[in-house]
Amino acid sequence: MSITEATAADNGVDVAHLMHAREAMTATPAAAQFTFTANNEWVRGTHSRTSVKDFFGVGAPQSHRQTYSVDTDHPEVFSSADNGPTPPEMVLIGLAGCLTAGVASVAQNRGIQLRSVKATVEGNLDLAGILGIDPEVRNGFGGIDVSYEIDADATREEIEAVVAQSQKRSTVFDVVTNPTNVTVKVV
Amino acid sequence: MQSTTVTIIGAGQAGLAMSKCLTESSIDHVVLERSEVANSWRSERWDSLRLLTPNWLTRLPGFSYRGDDPDGYMTAAEVATFLSDYRRAIDAPVRTGTSVESVAAGPDGYVVTTDQGPIGCRSVVIATGACSTPKIPAIAADLPPHIRQLAPIHYRNSSDVEGRVLVVGASASGAQLADELARSGAEVTLAVGEHIRLPRTYRGMDIHWWMDTLGLLDDRYDEVEDLARARRLPSLQLVGTPEHRTLDLNALQESGVGVVGRLVGVDGHTAQFSGSLANHCASADLKLGRLLDEIDDHARTRGLDPEVAPADRPAATVVPTPRNTLSLDDFSTVVWATGFAPNYPWLDEHLLDRRGAIVHDGGVMSQPGMYALGLPFMRRRKSSFLDGVGPDAQDLSAHLMNHLDEHASRRR
Repeated sequence: MSITEATAADNGVDVAHLMHAREAMTATPAAAQFTFTANNEWVRGTHSRTSVKDFFGVGAPQSHRQTYSVDTDHPEVFSSADNGPTPPEMVLIGLAGCLTAGVASVAQNRGIQLRSVKATVEGNLDLAGILGIDPEVRNGFGGIDVSYEIDADATREEIEAVVAQSQKRSTVFDVVTNPTNVTVKVV
Repeated sequence: MQSTTVTIIGAGQAGLAMSKCLTESSIDHVVLERSEVANSWRSERWDSLRLLTPNWLTRLPGFSYRGDDPDGYMTAAEVATFLSDYRRAIDAPVRTGTSVESVAAGPDGYVVTTDQGPIGCRSVVIATGACSTPKIPAIAADLPPHIRQLAPIHYRNSSDVEGRVLVVGASASGAQLADELARSGAEVTLAVGEHIRLPRTYRGMDIHWWMDTLGLLDDRYDEVEDLARARRLPSLQLVGTPEHRTLDLNALQESGVGVVGRLVGVDGHTAQFSGSLANHCASADLKLGRLLDEIDDHARTRGLDPEVAPADRPAATVVPTPRNTLSLDDFSTVVWATGFAPNYPWLDEHLLDRRGAIVHDGGVMSQPGMYALGLPFMRRRKSSFLDGVGPDAQDLSAHLMNHLDEHASRRR
């Protein structure tokens, strides 16, 4: 790592801490095992509320500073009350948040000062899937397009490399692009 | 130009059943066959394939199974012989080695152009079968070149396949091929999506006996709730063997078959499998449970309980924690047991939907005097079964005769 360049940039990411965590978790793999938990409760109609507070990691129970709640619903075009983003939009929110956190971290690590980072995430959905109109149309997004507009002290190639590395290390990018076993049970 | 009243295309069970119905009504017709009678059964089925339905459930118009093993399952070769015998018994006017090139409007109704010349007719029945052209998903093109790709109609026996095999699809064909390959010692992985799980026997009786007894096979196309879905249901996860054995994911796993989720993508040399396996298995178990409940209710209300064995419900499907990715470098072969696609290059596009399937209402096509026969759930759940095409042929021949009468009265 180039210390001189890294110290020159300040994107607000504590890279030293991340590097320390990486060393510690290499030595103690159990500490790297995290479980995130979201609790969802139906409100009415298509409206529900999901909260996150506690999670597990670094070998012990952990908590956010406070409970964060998100209301999700369907929009008025579906005759719903529109009390929040749709669940698929939450996926786009998750992807955008994850990739941008990665852009800031990777840029910091590479000593690249960011001035502005803006992303637009578009998910294309054909409702023929979820409405059961056409079995060959998937329920999920047919495709997701992300456009980054980044102003930074770096060449275009360097910025593209940061964005590429961010995808390579992104949890949500992996969740969206690769299959995950999902087990749903009624307790 | 030669002429006849009705041209039937295809001399399998559907074409022959229609021929029998027309002969009974003294309607002049020909049956065109690209190869020979029961060609698919002769040349497009693997060696060990047997029918999913027991022999007694083989009732064609004027001809039924008469062998000494009513509870057994015919091999493909036996089906071919059975249909050849049927053809002789009903004296069907079959023209073998005659390929259809087009069907067009003609002076008297239609002109069917064949490689042996054109035939003028007033009515056309398309009975080319539903299981001739494999449906291969688009991701097949993404497989690395070292992978040998095979559809069940090209598979003969386990000596055709060497090395590690990925079988895609867990309906009858996929489950049976995975089973046969695993038993021959091959290392087999089965990609499982939506499937219909059934025990071969329940309470001592063949599952098809129960379905026939409950009338499920007679469910009608105009009464079923979601016809489009009913028509595209995967085939039953069953095998017909002399031992009457059950072929489900538990049995396959006991035979050493590795089970993964639906194949959803290929990324370089990595195959990706859906994480929905647990849900697909749970859904199949729930659906099976509902069927067995229905059977038990029927047995109780009809007083069958003393006559049949006690309830012997199969155990829930054991769902492994499946791999979501596998390196295709370790595989030599992919078998696409992913169903069949419609294939009517000789039909006008306006008779087909955007996927190339014939548009019809219970076999009656939009063009008056044109009919389809033998397609899945065409008029009944059993429409594409050997035992089910007969009632459909009777219904449609009645409709066809009305058409001929109207045609005649218009001309008078």
